[in-house]
Amino acid sequence: MNSMTGDLLETVVKIAFVIGLNLGFFAPMLGWVERKQSAVMQDRIGANRAGVFGFTFIGLLHSAADAIKLIFKEDFIPRGADRMMHTLAPVIAVVPALAAFAVIPFGGKFELAGHNVNLVIADLDVGLLFVFAIASIATYGAVIAGWASNNNWSMLGGLRSAAQMFSYEVTMGLTIIGLVMYYQSLSLVVIAEKQVDFWHWGIIYQWPAFILFLTCAIAENKRIPFDVPEAESELVAGYFTEYSGMKFIMFWTAEFIEVVTISALCVTMFFGAYHLPFISPDMLVSIFGGGDFGAIVAMLIGIGVFVAKICALIFLQMAIRWTLPRFRYDQVMALGWKIILPASLIWIFLTGLAILLGLMPTV
Amino acid sequence: MSALLFYILAIGSVSCALLMILSKKAVNSAVALVGVMLCLAGLFAMQNAHLIAALQVLVYAGAIMVLVLFVIMLLNLREKGGLLTGRQPFIQVGAVVLLNGLLAPLVSDYVMAPTTGIALTDPATFGTVKGVGTMLFTEYLLPFEIASILLLAALVGAVVLTKNKKNSEG
Repeated sequence: MNSMTGDLLETVVKIAFVIGLNLGFFAPMLGWVERKQSAVMQDRIGANRAGVFGFTFIGLLHSAADAIKLIFKEDFIPRGADRMMHTLAPVIAVVPALAAFAVIPFGGKFELAGHNVNLVIADLDVGLLFVFAIASIATYGAVIAGWASNNNWSMLGGLRSAAQMFSYEVTMGLTIIGLVMYYQSLSLVVIAEKQVDFWHWGIIYQWPAFILFLTCAIAENKRIPFDVPEAESELVAGYFTEYSGMKFIMFWTAEFIEVVTISALCVTMFFGAYHLPFISPDMLVSIFGGGDFGAIVAMLIGIGVFVAKICALIFLQMAIRWTLPRFRYDQVMALGWKIILPASLIWIFLTGLAILLGLMPTV
Repeated sequence: MSALLFYILAIGSVSCALLMILSKKAVNSAVALVGVMLCLAGLFAMQNAHLIAALQVLVYAGAIMVLVLFVIMLLNLREKGGLLTGRQPFIQVGAVVLLNGLLAPLVSDYVMAPTTGIALTDPATFGTVKGVGTMLFTEYLLPFEIASILLLAALVGAVVLTKNKKNSEG
């Protein structure tokens, strides 16, 4: 096997792993978590009906039941709708959500049988910018869906999501400039590697950036408390009112995968990526006897740690989603422009000052 | 492999551009324009200019969204679908080709020739954030600052225009 085929095979395996993890594990699991966590938080039982021969597996089968039901539903396109755009919109929503994962490192670099394995699909120098570029494309899904549905509520939802994208896109970029200054790189792979030392985890110096970034990211993902484009009490279901069957499930999948992407980004930038605190991957390799076996075990531990941290942040996001009520539309805009934007500019200034005075040594 | 990728992106960008000019619905044109920008970003990425590629998508995605909003809010929504027919598309495409044909020698002779930027860049840092940033803040500092002042003027102009309107109404 020559090296190019090896590289190609490695990339295909990594892409298959990431897509499998997102579509096969996280998307259906989040459907379950959304119901079950809300039930626990509101002292209800939650989903518990779907089962096989009386075994309900604490409601886990509901995701499968939903998927089967929605696949066999009629694919409805309303009269007067733009058929092509109506079909294209869910695709525009779901593809960027998956593509953003291409630059997120999920395990570190290892040497395996003389072959250097870097557990990220694309090691880009501009990783963070790539994620933001892709995220801005994803908003088109909502806007096009709202426009193409030939429904006033959908249209209002689409316009709201466009306005929300304008307000939070730039701000989200500004919130992490301080972090980029601290790590001196836009590459997520480099940022992840620099967090080997626990005291260099982003959250320690850059915790204000974490709060600002998470707020902007939830707003960009249009989830409660920022779900005014959807706002079921005002706009029926907002931009996806007129969607059914598989297209409906694609919008939900896109939203859930974006939750995962936000968690993965936060983990990579603020919570030490795939590293255990105080134990570096090299130490793990030597603990498990070095060589290929040690590398494989360390790799699996890295991936496991990364996924576990993502799950913890998903829990946090779900807790926020079921705790806060929806903001009014003007409140969403005011928060973005009048609070988060100036706050992130102040944080950039403070970070610069601290780096200049040597209070925050860059890594 | 890279030649194949190039042809896919090139054909994609040209066909999206044609779709943009020819489609009757303005929103379809805007979406096709997004497609053009994505294909161009892919072409930039193939030249190792990853920063330009990312910025291309980031900046134009927002800009085209404004176009979509203009279309939705200002233009008549009861348009017919489909592509333009008759003589008009040929005139449009012909005009674009002619304009580009006229501009190409001008650009290549007077704009591209004097810059020696390619020779100045180090191939190791070419197209990276560091490389582009260093160039912007040393070699091209003056144009960079002038561009930022221009943008600031546009920003202030927009604020002044909308403010005046509000005052006269109230």
